[in-house]
Amino acid sequence: MKARIKFRKYGALRFIGHLDVMRFFQKLMRRADIPIAFTGGYSPHMIMSFASPLGIGLTSDGEYLDIELTAPVDSQEAVKRMNEECVEGIEVLSIRQIQDEKKMTGMTILAAADYLVSVKRGTLPENWKERFSDFMEQKEIRVIKQTKRSEREVDIRPLIYRWEIRGESVLLRLAAGSAENLKPDLVMETFLSESTVPEESVSFAYHRLEMYADMGEAGKRNLVSLESLGQEMTV
Amino acid sequence: MRKLALSDEILLNIEKPARYIGGEVNSVMKDRDKVDIRFAMCFPDVYEIGMSHLGIQILYDMFNRRDDVWCERVYSPWVDLDKVMREKKIPLFALESQDPVKDFDFLGITIQFEMCYTNILQILELSHIPLHAADRTDADPIVIGGGPCTYNPEPLAEFFDLFYIGEGETVYDELLDAYKEWKGSGKSRKEFLERAAEIEGLYVPQFYDAVYREDGTLLSFTPNNAHAPEKIKKQAVMEVTDSPYPMKPVVPFIKATQDRVVLEIQRGCIRGCRFCQAGMIYRPTRERNVEKLKEYARAMLKNTGHEEISLSSLSSSDYSELKELVTFLIDEFKDRGINISLPSLRIDAFSLDVMSRVQDIRKSSLTFAPEAGSQRMRDVINKGLTEEDILEGAGQAFEGGWSKVKLYFMLGLPTETEEDMREIARLSDRVARRYYEIPKEQRKGKCQITASSSFFVPKPFTPFQWASMLSAEEYTRRASVVREEFQAQLNRKSLKYNWHDAQTTVLEGVTARGDRKVGRVIEEAYRLGCLFDSWTECFRNDLWMQAFENTGVDIDFYNLRQRGDDELFPWDFIDIGVSRRFLRREWERAIKGEITPNCRMQCSGCGAASFGGGVCYEGKN
Repeated sequence: MKARIKFRKYGALRFIGHLDVMRFFQKLMRRADIPIAFTGGYSPHMIMSFASPLGIGLTSDGEYLDIELTAPVDSQEAVKRMNEECVEGIEVLSIRQIQDEKKMTGMTILAAADYLVSVKRGTLPENWKERFSDFMEQKEIRVIKQTKRSEREVDIRPLIYRWEIRGESVLLRLAAGSAENLKPDLVMETFLSESTVPEESVSFAYHRLEMYADMGEAGKRNLVSLESLGQEMTV
Repeated sequence: MRKLALSDEILLNIEKPARYIGGEVNSVMKDRDKVDIRFAMCFPDVYEIGMSHLGIQILYDMFNRRDDVWCERVYSPWVDLDKVMREKKIPLFALESQDPVKDFDFLGITIQFEMCYTNILQILELSHIPLHAADRTDADPIVIGGGPCTYNPEPLAEFFDLFYIGEGETVYDELLDAYKEWKGSGKSRKEFLERAAEIEGLYVPQFYDAVYREDGTLLSFTPNNAHAPEKIKKQAVMEVTDSPYPMKPVVPFIKATQDRVVLEIQRGCIRGCRFCQAGMIYRPTRERNVEKLKEYARAMLKNTGHEEISLSSLSSSDYSELKELVTFLIDEFKDRGINISLPSLRIDAFSLDVMSRVQDIRKSSLTFAPEAGSQRMRDVINKGLTEEDILEGAGQAFEGGWSKVKLYFMLGLPTETEEDMREIARLSDRVARRYYEIPKEQRKGKCQITASSSFFVPKPFTPFQWASMLSAEEYTRRASVVREEFQAQLNRKSLKYNWHDAQTTVLEGVTARGDRKVGRVIEEAYRLGCLFDSWTECFRNDLWMQAFENTGVDIDFYNLRQRGDDELFPWDFIDIGVSRRFLRREWERAIKGEITPNCRMQCSGCGAASFGGGVCYEGKN
């Protein structure tokens, strides 16, 4: 059976990269006695996949990994056990049973993510909220996207599903996953350059809030959190 | 939440910021206001190397068991952060509290290899602690050194307030208690050091005068303070089974060099190889009880979540309960996806059997350490391994499905002839020939024999402490003799030969058997910019040579000179239990190519029995 773990990453742990977070969870599974399944062969490894790696420096309230269990666990009790074996900087929020089909893993169905962007250092111009609204109300936001092999111009506006100014912060709902993926720093850097704010005058803290799957039909988007696709387990 | 010493801007612009944030699983947090002593424990190399060291994990755990002590960890900032810290005048900090090291009571530095000496000065300077013990005041921590290099602490004498000679489990409590009593008593720093000097095993360099002859050799080495004893007795725990062992070692976020549970099964080695310092200074051999080790394995795997467990000792095959222990590890953990790593095993039927059960023989390689190519040379170094043993072991391994073999050798050993050098290549070839004796249809393609040689560096407290070394040019020439011989071998396409750099060998030679004068060179090299000398990308031989020139210290005096029987060595004030007379006898036997039996075969009266335990008393009650 498959289960989905949701966790928070905060504080000093924002400096731990994705591969090391993976290693952390592999060791956590053993410390917390989670009955996780292994692949076969001479060097068996845990069956575990993360929905989307979080870059170094970012924090999150909504990270996900899917694991394969060899035996059912009690959700509440397993969360407690895992948190007892955690460190400051990682907190397990839930573990829920999910469908067994391969096409339902978090990595495959991931469609969008919410980010909260706030100023970490420096200041924005006083009228930044207006400027940001103007920036977002454009029909197109063309940027040069650099990949390893080439660079091409793309319109990122359709990949911004939702935006909102929340107090002194900005909420962004952006396309995520293997088909389309937009990083929040690209949005903010483009905003700075288009509104002629010198890039070095301000830096942002990026906080991922949630990740979503698209359960809509006939081209109509219906985003639901990855967590909501699972069910609490009781033993 | 813990506040970090470095800002986000710094952390996001350096390599592997996780090296500097602490907060790992099993790291110990305490309330700084509720402890009496703050101890910063340092391994002077980068985090991933330092975190792999067992000794620090043992002391970290032992100190933190005390409610009145908070022991934290410090590692060398990599060159990128080093630059930032100097520019921004950020003091070096300990990982747990992120507080400056300068505010600690103790800075303990483990000294594991000679090429870290400039890193020690970096630690002191970045901590804003004066480099010289003589310049420190009550506001500075007590700087104490430990580890294998302290068996000749003299090149570092000026930089340390104290050295702890031997195993940390014995008198640290006494030292910490003495410190607590002294702190707040209003007495001077010197008075504390005098009290410390009275504790067995502790050496206070400033309480001794080294007087040299005109030719540079040591004339006398005597205490100048009434509290300092003439001889410092090495510390050894006799009850290893009952000594503290960390059940909850710290688990790094980033991959350390040793990313596994380490089970120290014994201390010391019965073999008596004449080049090996560890084999002499850790005498007598002491074994941990196997039932206790099983308990430790279970608890440590559970508490860390590691997926691998490794045995640690100088020669695992000599552990008398090895079979029992290894069988237990395989039965208990193999099916739970735990890798079992068995280093330093002699290759025989038993070890091949267990290895075939714990590793993928197609991918893994077998390691032999013949150390020398010819039997004559192996007799000189007292390596009790015959060519027959090697070929027999390799043959069994090849028949069992292995095809990769690693061979370790040393070049530049005392009495080495050109014939001995060439035998390295020929022996490697004979191992390959043994492989091709297997019928073609039963073997899987070619074999891969990788031979590596390092250059021999004579170490204090070994029978070879009298030996002369060679120049860098001569080392390189010898390696090319061996390389040339490899090219002349029948199976040269299955053979690969690597050799170690000769320049660092020369420096290791000077520092390993150096005296107080060598301290000046280390300091000058550091001033000129030397740091992380054991990292090829950082090593600057030209600056080291400049440092020798600037200080007028002569390399040849330390390396090329054959030392006399009656020469007083800088390290002779340390009593390791093994007598100088025994070492001299072994040196003379070496020259004659006579072998000496190991401790279990026959006691050779080395002197270690004075510790009253271990292998010296096995079977005697």
